[in-house]
Amino acid sequence: MKEQNGIFNLRPLKKTSILKMQSMKIIISILLTALLAYAVGIYGNLPWWSFVLTNLLVAMVIPQKSIHSFLIGFIAIGLLWTLLAIGIDQGNNHLLSIKVANILPLKGSYVSLIVLTGFIGALVGGLASLTGSFVRKK
Amino acid sequence: MRLLPFIASAIVTIGLVTVLNTQLSIGTTKSPRLGYFLSPQHGFWKNAENINTNFDASIVASELKGNVDVYLDDRLVPHIYADHDEDAYFVQGYLHAKYRLWQMDFQTRVASGRLSEIAGADKLSIDRFFRRLGMVYGAEQNEANINANNPEMKATVDAYTSGVNAYLKQLAPEDLPFEYKLMNYAPEMWTPKKTYLFLMFMSYDLTGHSAAADLQLTNTKDFLGYDLFNKLYTNNQDSLDPIIPKGTVYQKPSILPIKPANADSTYLMHTASVAFNVQEPPVAPNINNGSNNWAVSGSKTKSGRPILCSDPHLGLNLPSLWYEVQITTPTHSTYGASFPGSPAVIIGFNDSLAWGVTNAGRDVLDYYELKFKDSSENEYWFNGAWKSVTKRKEIIKVKDSADVVEDIPMTHWGPVMYDAHYQNPQSKGRNLAVKWTATNSSTGVETFYRLNRAKNYDDYVKAISLWSCPGQNFVMATVSGDIAIKQQGAFVARWEHQGDFIMPGTDSSYDWQGIIPNEENPTIKNPVRGFVSSANQKATDASYPYYLGTASSFPLYRGISVNKHLTRMNQITPEDMQALQTNNDNVFAATARPALMKYLQVDKLNTDAKRMVTEMTNWDLNNGVHSKGITVFKIIWDSVEMAVWGDELAGSAIPLTKPDAFVLVDQLLKDSNWSIADDIRTKDKVENFKDQITLGVENATKKLLELEKENKLEWSLFKATRVAHLTKIPALSRLDLPIGGGVNIINATTENHGPSWRMVVHMTDEIEAYGLYPGGQSGNPGSAYYDTFIDYWAAGKYYRLLFLNKEKLKQHERTKWHIQFKTA
Repeated sequence: MKEQNGIFNLRPLKKTSILKMQSMKIIISILLTALLAYAVGIYGNLPWWSFVLTNLLVAMVIPQKSIHSFLIGFIAIGLLWTLLAIGIDQGNNHLLSIKVANILPLKGSYVSLIVLTGFIGALVGGLASLTGSFVRKK
Repeated sequence: MRLLPFIASAIVTIGLVTVLNTQLSIGTTKSPRLGYFLSPQHGFWKNAENINTNFDASIVASELKGNVDVYLDDRLVPHIYADHDEDAYFVQGYLHAKYRLWQMDFQTRVASGRLSEIAGADKLSIDRFFRRLGMVYGAEQNEANINANNPEMKATVDAYTSGVNAYLKQLAPEDLPFEYKLMNYAPEMWTPKKTYLFLMFMSYDLTGHSAAADLQLTNTKDFLGYDLFNKLYTNNQDSLDPIIPKGTVYQKPSILPIKPANADSTYLMHTASVAFNVQEPPVAPNINNGSNNWAVSGSKTKSGRPILCSDPHLGLNLPSLWYEVQITTPTHSTYGASFPGSPAVIIGFNDSLAWGVTNAGRDVLDYYELKFKDSSENEYWFNGAWKSVTKRKEIIKVKDSADVVEDIPMTHWGPVMYDAHYQNPQSKGRNLAVKWTATNSSTGVETFYRLNRAKNYDDYVKAISLWSCPGQNFVMATVSGDIAIKQQGAFVARWEHQGDFIMPGTDSSYDWQGIIPNEENPTIKNPVRGFVSSANQKATDASYPYYLGTASSFPLYRGISVNKHLTRMNQITPEDMQALQTNNDNVFAATARPALMKYLQVDKLNTDAKRMVTEMTNWDLNNGVHSKGITVFKIIWDSVEMAVWGDELAGSAIPLTKPDAFVLVDQLLKDSNWSIADDIRTKDKVENFKDQITLGVENATKKLLELEKENKLEWSLFKATRVAHLTKIPALSRLDLPIGGGVNIINATTENHGPSWRMVVHMTDEIEAYGLYPGGQSGNPGSAYYDTFIDYWAAGKYYRLLFLNKEKLKQHERTKWHIQFKTA
């Protein structure tokens, strides 16, 4: 942990609390990333990839190891999209997801469609956060 | 900043977003923009409607004159209560858009030749076809006519338009209908012209048959020669049971169309040196577009009140062509099926009168062959002089490609549909102008607007007298006990065979000599037999003084079936009428099967063929879901037809029209030694019916054994009825429905065509009505209301329609939601 110069690292800590702090930081990053992505998603006039910019922002403001940043973005958007899709799909009784999973080559499996949804979001989200993490790195 | 990793990572991110934001080509189709499409806050997931959605809403609209209440029942049918007629149509437009926006937009795109704009060069042939036929031209004519002469209709269409647009204006991008997201385009604001385009499309769907048939019949006549043609394509239907009962006396015609002196030599007997190669219309109207309707008088019903039934047979699509609605204002209260795209109810009833329509099938579209002075197509020969054309420019926008411009010469007859720029290589030099009643400024939906408000027979007659195209058989029944039917439209007074084939267009002698006056159109009111009916058969027997058209335009057997049942029935209830609408009796087979058996040499057949014949003879003559006999009969009949006239039609490089089934049945029954039975390809042998039918059965057996192996002998499995999404995407369609019926059957359900709205209305003091269509009120494939009625429809069941005043409806147990429209 040599580059702890972010806002959460004002003084040296014991190893366990550093780890604890570290995971707290990661969790907060994930939550913030997901929250902002959701917030910009509310405005349908903004493009679907608007979260790329908010991911970038979070990764800049809360610096992490690059690999961590990628995982944060990946998990945050992946989770957000997966959970939103599952929620909608439950309420819809899979009516549309099965149809779409037949239009896309997913053999009518709504589970595959939800996984694909989550994965596409996760991939873009991860790359966006990774890009952001490089901004403040020396 | 770690520049290199940043740049690398940024490039990968931007690259991925770009790919996911682009439509990728997969074969001939294009994928959606995958990132957008899958985004749960933007893409298709937003269309996955919660199955417990609460449809309550409150909407403020400054365009309204007063407040409007809409109650939605458990089938999502809106019941509109408005204080002003225009407000009701505003709300109808709003609701059509809310539940059917994509379909309205798509259908008018097809009609106006604008499909390439969203789908690319692939669809150019469809666009060119509709442009050259004059669809846009016709819509413009109709709109101009109404704007100039009909303020009430203009106000109606305008109110409807602003209702659609009020919905569009508040529509958030993430709530766009599913299909826009899939195909990646956006809706446009509605315009009155789009309503007229939609009506033009219905005219095309119901009268456009001639656009292909006239060319095909011309080719067939040229190929066979007029004498042989006349034998195979006779207009004499011996067993016709017309709409107006046989023996009716008609008044003298006010127009006596005169056949041009040279018609025999230059028109009928004339054989064109180059056959015109039919470009099958890309969206050819289904040959079975037809319908049943009938009304029985109180003398035949249990209650003593009339019952009216109507079931239009059209292409079966999702979203459905129809949308149920109740419209109640101080001037009228009406319920029925409406067209998303048009105001008012099209087939339905009000508290005094019910009406229904079937297609008249009369020929109102003709081709005239032109001679241009030169390839500029600026002048054509007409009445002994060169006459100038005007050119109509139609610009077709094409996605990812350059615009295509159609420079259409407009002539005395109408637009030039086929010329050097639009036709097949084999027909070079032939220029065909099209004359069609649909493009002659119609009155739009005024007939339906008036029928919505009609109280009695006189109102009905006035309302339908305004109707010009597509010609329809309007049936009606009133609470006060009248029943009537009238064939109405702008029908050309023709000499025999005028317009059946391509006509010479170099002088006016082949022109239409008049439109038959409304008073002379076939009609009957309160007949002694206690019912009126139509099933697209010829309207009259030969004593009617005008030429009705080629027999092939008029299906024969459904009408016989309907009339046979109605004659026999008494003490009729609405349930009896439902049973009749879904009746699967095959009257054609009842005549054709014994005719076949008369000639069949069973002892000459092998074991399999004998088994198939037994299956056919044991069949109960009912096209039921599980029946195997009908499948066997159909394959045998088709095979016999092939054996009898396959030889005459063989050798033509271009598609010819097959003679009608009744021609063969009539000949078989007459027991004549019909020369056509001989296979002209076998020089040393003269075949007769016995040979050909035995051969037909043998050939059919081969096909039947294959079907048996695939387990497809059961009728519904063989027929495989489907209700397809307008894009034909299977996942959005309902396939392989368990339903009987078929061609010639009252339940006229074929592969992708059939009763598109079934309605039974009992004219009691409080109207008792039943109905449904094979679809659902919501056009959204992600809604639980998308295909709600299909299983019920296939099973031949009906819903009781809720037609109540506001107070009663509000409290009804089936009323679920309330949408309030408030004026600002």
